Amino acid sequence: MNTFKIGGVHPEPNKLSAGKKIETLALPNQAVFPLSQHIGAPAVPCVQKGDQVLVGTRIADAGGFMSSPIHSSVSGKVSKIDSVVDASGFRKPAIFIDVDGDEWEPDIDRTDTLALLCTLSREEILDRIRNAGVVGMGGACFPTHVKLSPPKDCKIDVLIVNAVECEPYLTSDHMLMLEHSDEIIVGVRILLKVLGIDRAVIGIEENKADAIQLMQSKTSMVSGIEIMPLKMKYPQGGEKQLIEAVTGRQVPPPPALPANVGCVVQNVGTVFAVYEAVQKKKPLIERIVTVTGKSVKNPCNLKVRLGTPVSQLIEYAGGMPEDTGKLISGGPMMGRPLLDDKAPVVKGTSGILMIPEADAVRCAERNCIRCAKCVQACPMGLEPYLLATASEAGDWATAEENWIMSCIECGCCQSTCPSRRPLLDWVRLAKNRVGGIIRARNAKK
Amino acid sequence: MSFLLTAVLVLGLTGLLLGLVLYAVSRKFKVEEDPRVGQITELLPGANCGGCGFPGCAAFAEACVKSESMDGLKCSVCKSEVMQQIAAITGHAVEVGVAKVAVVRCAGSCTNRPRINSYDGAKSCAAAALMNGGETGCFFGCLGCGDCVRACKFDAIHMNPETGIPVVEQDKCTACGACAKACPRMIIELRNKNKLDRRVFVSCVNKDKGPVAKKACSVACIGCGKCVKVCPFEAITLDSNLAYIDFEKCRLCRKCVDECPQHTIQAVNFPPRKMASPSESQQQVPATENSVEQLKAEI
Repeated sequence: MNTFKIGGVHPEPNKLSAGKKIETLALPNQAVFPLSQHIGAPAVPCVQKGDQVLVGTRIADAGGFMSSPIHSSVSGKVSKIDSVVDASGFRKPAIFIDVDGDEWEPDIDRTDTLALLCTLSREEILDRIRNAGVVGMGGACFPTHVKLSPPKDCKIDVLIVNAVECEPYLTSDHMLMLEHSDEIIVGVRILLKVLGIDRAVIGIEENKADAIQLMQSKTSMVSGIEIMPLKMKYPQGGEKQLIEAVTGRQVPPPPALPANVGCVVQNVGTVFAVYEAVQKKKPLIERIVTVTGKSVKNPCNLKVRLGTPVSQLIEYAGGMPEDTGKLISGGPMMGRPLLDDKAPVVKGTSGILMIPEADAVRCAERNCIRCAKCVQACPMGLEPYLLATASEAGDWATAEENWIMSCIECGCCQSTCPSRRPLLDWVRLAKNRVGGIIRARNAKK
Repeated sequence: MSFLLTAVLVLGLTGLLLGLVLYAVSRKFKVEEDPRVGQITELLPGANCGGCGFPGCAAFAEACVKSESMDGLKCSVCKSEVMQQIAAITGHAVEVGVAKVAVVRCAGSCTNRPRINSYDGAKSCAAAALMNGGETGCFFGCLGCGDCVRACKFDAIHMNPETGIPVVEQDKCTACGACAKACPRMIIELRNKNKLDRRVFVSCVNKDKGPVAKKACSVACIGCGKCVKVCPFEAITLDSNLAYIDFEKCRLCRKCVDECPQHTIQAVNFPPRKMASPSESQQQVPATENSVEQLKAEI
């Protein structure tokens, strides 16, 4: 069984909500849509205070090529355009909509019937994907239409569908595959048509045996789509790691892209969103969110309208446990801590995780003992101890020389450090500064 | 005996020979250094703080000697007399700068600004500022990890353990600006030292709307604009819900201090106030005739 070669760790899977059917959460009273839910320029609001909107109405236009529009997931009245503390932990501009009823835009197909045939041309499909505001659903929220338009000089030969879900606790992609396998296969075929290729590989980690079996039986009759079970290892869901695991190719350091080695990687959630956007004309207005945690009463997988406050999801899962020490949006390895439970669900919210106080508190940091466990764990082959020390000393040149921009911020180094050093915090800081220096240098040229 | 003699002779001759070689080399490859560089370096404080924009004191001295004028060359640490001495050595004219001091523009202590979260990552304000908005509802104020304290080469800024906010020791502060540069929230500002070290400044950098700022911190600037109206010298401006006092225009009349409903504007090193009488305010305000009259008329 394949996996990537260097580094990686094996955290406790803790998939508490595996096998729990996807349930639909009730509509919120007020939905909040932050304008920057994706990588790139923030969206520009195209509604005003007091406007009436329906489910699926576009409320913000893309702010550039590297951007994505935002649609209302509820019907009601725009109450204000103000700022909200979102999952990033900062106050950002957002559109607030007071919900009344559930009126949909008339041209959205709300039926469950499977639409197999897609007669649209490549440009029409891309247009629908762009207009539906589809972004990478794995958490990074990279606009999908940008990823599907690779540079002209790169020859793509394989589409890799990321159904790895290597983050502990999260099960949303797993359940999506179990319940919507047909739609996903149609979605893959649409993406193949857009890219003009005929080979797709769906990578699934071996702990999701039922999903592997189901997908294999569904694709046995479809040519060009291959299911590849992968050995369990974190961070296999990382784009570069998955490419190596599936094809054996290594993506060169930035600014090289996966397209340079002939691969396009899309998350399985994105594939489903593409299916809905192209075949059902339904914009990205809801997503599957795993609500979980060791002391949570009822860990579950919820189909949630974007903009719903996180508190409503927690309530559905049996309320916030008293011993909660940290509330995280996403998984325990790469997720971001939430400042409070009022933050809205956005396009990249794959999970809401409540970690008990005892597990959440970081131990006191001690000195580096040069054991090189972080070096062994780094899936990018970097030397985190060196990068962290350089960052601590403000030595950005050393950090840049040692390939800091290749870091994918997976957190393997920090999780293995026996001295409990906050390696990732320092690396992130240096990455931010070095990124700024590189941008300034490029701007000068 | 002859062994001893041989050893002494061999060593002695080798030493002499090498000495001659060293002498020849040092004559041949002698580096001519301007003696003024050494003189200036001796005058400089030698902290290598980088406040002047050069890698260290020696580099600054070299720049002083090489450049045509003293424009843009200023050791912020040195007193103006020292700068004049340097100018005398180089033979250029120097402008006498106004003495400045670092001012911490945040009063968000634990009591004023209750913590609603806790941060347990890397002990660095810069790292904390990247992570999220911080431990309090105020996303602009002091993060309390002490990047400014570590940046200070003169031991002039320390964390107050009670408030969790850094305090500047004005006698030690040399206004090199290292702390201001290190602060990711840009709270620290270099302001004029003024007579008797008296200063009036807005101790807040929160740009949120009034209610949001007030909820996060009991001494936050809410952008009400009362100080702007009351200032007789037009020294106060209001920009995105935040008042700012221009220290070049401020005449330290302290009218804004009394007017501020949030007690955000701080006046330091003033004697405790008695009942305000016209004669007293006249003493305290070294203002032009015109503005004093204006003040009198208002009182």
